[in-house]
Amino acid sequence: MNLTLKVWRQSGPKDSGRMVTYQAKDVSPDMSFLEMLDVVNEQLILAGDDPIAFDHDCREGICGMCGMVINGVAHGEQRATTTCQLHMRHFEDGATVTIEPWRAAPFPVVKDLVVDRSAFDRIIQAGGFVSVPAGSAPDAHSLPVRKEDADDAFDAATCIGCGACVAACPNGSASLFTAAKITHLSLLPQGQPERIARAKSMVDQMDAEGFGGCTNTGECTAVCPKGIPLDTIARMNSDYLKANAK
Amino acid sequence: MKYTEGTEIRDTKAPAGPIEERWEKRKFSAKLVNPANKRKLQVIVVGTGLAGGSAAATLGELGYNVKSFCYQDSPRRAHSIAAQGGINAAKNYRGDGDSIYRLFYDTVKGGDFRARESNVYRLAQVSVNIIDQAVAQGVPFAREYGGLLDTRSFGGAQVSRTFYARGQTGQQLLLGAYQALERQVAAGTVEMFTRHEMLELIVSDGRARGIIVRDMVTGEIERHMADAVVLATGGYGNVFYLSTNAKGCNTTAIWRAHEKGAYFANPCYTQIHPTCIPVSGEYQSKLTLMSESLRNDGRVWVPVAAGDTRAPGDIPDDERDYYLERIYPAFGNLVPRDIASRAAKNVCDEGRGVGPGGLGVYLDFRDAINRLGRDAVEKKYGNLFEMYERITGEDPYTQPMRIYPAVHYTMGGLWVDYDLQSTIPGLFVIGEANFSDHGANRLGASALMQGLADGYFVLPTTIGDYLANGPYGEVDEEAVAEAEIKVRTKIDKLLSINGTRTPDSFHRELGKIMWDYCGMERTEESLRKALELIPSLREEFWRNVKVSGSAEELNQVLEKAGRVADFFDLAELMCLDALVRTESCGGHFRAESQDADGEALRDDENFAHVSAWEHTPDGPVLHKEPLEYEYVKMSQRSYK
Ligand SMILES: Cc1cc2nc3c(=O)[nH]c(=O)nc-3n(C[C@H](O)[C@H](O)[C@H](O)COP(=O)(O)OP(=O)(O)OC[C@H]3O[C@@H](n4cnc5c(N)ncnc54)[C@H](O)[C@@H]3O)c2cc1C
Ligand code: SF4
Ligand code: FES
Repeated sequence: MNLTLKVWRQSGPKDSGRMVTYQAKDVSPDMSFLEMLDVVNEQLILAGDDPIAFDHDCREGICGMCGMVINGVAHGEQRATTTCQLHMRHFEDGATVTIEPWRAAPFPVVKDLVVDRSAFDRIIQAGGFVSVPAGSAPDAHSLPVRKEDADDAFDAATCIGCGACVAACPNGSASLFTAAKITHLSLLPQGQPERIARAKSMVDQMDAEGFGGCTNTGECTAVCPKGIPLDTIARMNSDYLKANAK
Repeated sequence: MKYTEGTEIRDTKAPAGPIEERWEKRKFSAKLVNPANKRKLQVIVVGTGLAGGSAAATLGELGYNVKSFCYQDSPRRAHSIAAQGGINAAKNYRGDGDSIYRLFYDTVKGGDFRARESNVYRLAQVSVNIIDQAVAQGVPFAREYGGLLDTRSFGGAQVSRTFYARGQTGQQLLLGAYQALERQVAAGTVEMFTRHEMLELIVSDGRARGIIVRDMVTGEIERHMADAVVLATGGYGNVFYLSTNAKGCNTTAIWRAHEKGAYFANPCYTQIHPTCIPVSGEYQSKLTLMSESLRNDGRVWVPVAAGDTRAPGDIPDDERDYYLERIYPAFGNLVPRDIASRAAKNVCDEGRGVGPGGLGVYLDFRDAINRLGRDAVEKKYGNLFEMYERITGEDPYTQPMRIYPAVHYTMGGLWVDYDLQSTIPGLFVIGEANFSDHGANRLGASALMQGLADGYFVLPTTIGDYLANGPYGEVDEEAVAEAEIKVRTKIDKLLSINGTRTPDSFHRELGKIMWDYCGMERTEESLRKALELIPSLREEFWRNVKVSGSAEELNQVLEKAGRVADFFDLAELMCLDALVRTESCGGHFRAESQDADGEALRDDENFAHVSAWEHTPDGPVLHKEPLEYEYVKMSQRSYK
């Protein structure tokens, strides 16, 4: 199949950026979206042009490194799918495909489709952990955890930190990401002692980074490759309220 | 390629005496650094996977000043995140006869008697603490209804000792280590450098004292000094181009250390994973692993007749060959990875392979679905089935999956002693980047265990001993300048060639040479062929590669080119090592060395040693470290 690509090119944070059109020829339906871009890039390099910069690593949908807005949707139209797991069989021959970076003020563009998501790390630094030193933990069986709780905690913990939720949110909110992290730890007994303080400091950090507020539009869960549900946000808000009520 | 043989090498750090007491003894004999001094000591940790992340977090918490580096945008994205199946630990929570000794025994045997007993015993001991540590951090391992941890069995083991978090164990363990790391960043003990690539090691006065890195966003070349350097940069399976590794996995850091004097041990030991999705086209950039846990319920088969192209559902049972169950009745579909991989290759070589190109075998859930019901199977393996369908466009509930072996893990790496210190004083190597605990055939679920054992428990103790013996004085300015010039020269060279081939095209060609001639099966002839082809391809690379863009910007082509350049040199050493080792063991199968049944035939008389290669201007020098087995008697492995 053959496609027309309209790709956002931006040489650096100071460049204003523009859409540039490329032709992707002889695309196999078995290719992943990133492999399609690899092939286009090989041609650009040989032609002496600058290849399209994009982030990726595992290419298995688990590291959270890849991410671009495809035809206006973060990670593309296929639900619950990272860009690296999106395959070309879902596109039509002859189609035009627009490709843009995550757009959110706290995620400045580094180059082309590569953005800086270090704000997420700073949210974790603010309290997204259990304070245990290495080497002195009690036997793992000393603290039973209800299977349902363990399963729910796991579901929240599957967030890959890709940032699609932020890119999709009309307010540029990082609530789904932050809520997933808070929910994971707040469902486990290990997370209880720091639970309320954690919610407060992480949400405060999220605000300090310049992410917008949540108005429950739900665009975030619609694009989340791991299906993190909206009710995690309710849980985060409730812990946050408790913190402020104190 | 010419090599010479040097003097024997020995590990002098493992204490003598009963194996159960060695680690305790070593811990006790290790000097301590007093807390006030720790604050004055700087440690560099390169890599933020399970090994590096856990090490940096623990060292930070102990009070050292730590600088942590990774090439991704966040430490949480290290390749460890992709591990699916699980992590072993000798907890014996099931009461099914497991023990530290049994885990030790299975691992030594699974390594085909090419791993060190002392190290493996310590690994089995520490495995118990890893689970405690992870659970305390909030890692959501799978649980039973009674609230206790669930376990499952894994290829090559007859007890249920594998802890898991659905099919995403690596992710959950890494997030635990990452969160501990970020906690230290917030506390100010760890300084984090993301999107920074280490390109050179600084050795001053014979000691590792720092690194040269490139800021991958601005292109700036930076120097970072330290009292000790830890490499936790993962494995080098990407030398094969197609592998289950993340795209960025590379050998650069350890290769540069090798060039500076660190011995490289057992480079030829590559683990091939039996259950990957087969290759579908030339453009393919990586291979995807299907968790080995699928072999608990899936049955592996091919048609009895060569060239049988009927749809799998149309092939009656008596015309199917469930070859693993037939050849290995005791372990059946759960035989270790090297055996399962080679068996798949054999049936494909006989023309009985399925799918495009005949490079595939079926992994069939029909019987499991009939026995347990579709719902139960979906509960257990749903996410894996979905992943398979996504990549292949086929529904594994109604037709069997197709799988084929792929390069997965490298057991070789920099040589380290019991303290995890390389042959360069002050340079410690942990996780997949070292060679230590796996011998020739790492079993499933043991790499995560080793990475975390090294990072949380072993290194933080042993590095203290080294640091306590300091301080080691000022760093020689000339050594720093020399390292920096080397980096700049190489970058300038790569940018100036302006040839006609991309770095990827060279990488693909190199990978094909490695897979065809130094892959699942090696022969003297194939290895000699590879040793001819690699230097000539490297020569063409340095004459004809095209690297676009400049050095002062985010330049992914330049990054790639630098990594491919190092892969050439490593590839050559891998082939040489494979050529010299004229025996078969685990992940190294020399066709000339097999028994009447086609099983790997070890030669303990001549090869019960670690091959530790030294890099010299006159070519590689082979140092042998003899392996002695006091506890597990060397025997031919048999899974029949
Ligand atoms: C798909 C898959 C599934 C697996 N499943 C399992 C399993 O179920 N159980 C199991 O036990 N094992 C499994 N393994 C193996 C296991 O995941 C790895 O061996 C292990 O995670 C390696 O950890 P590490 O910390 O040594 O390195 P990695 O996690 O690879 O980390 C390497 C780090 O080094 C950094 N780095 C590398 N080079 C440089 C440089 N030059 N400069 C700066 N930074 C650098 C990277 O940024 C990264 O942070 C699996 C592997 C794969 C590929
Ligand atoms: S919540 Fe979903 S979309 Fe947001 S970072 Fe996590 S995985 Fe990505
Ligand atoms: S590249 Fe890792 S999630 Fe896509």
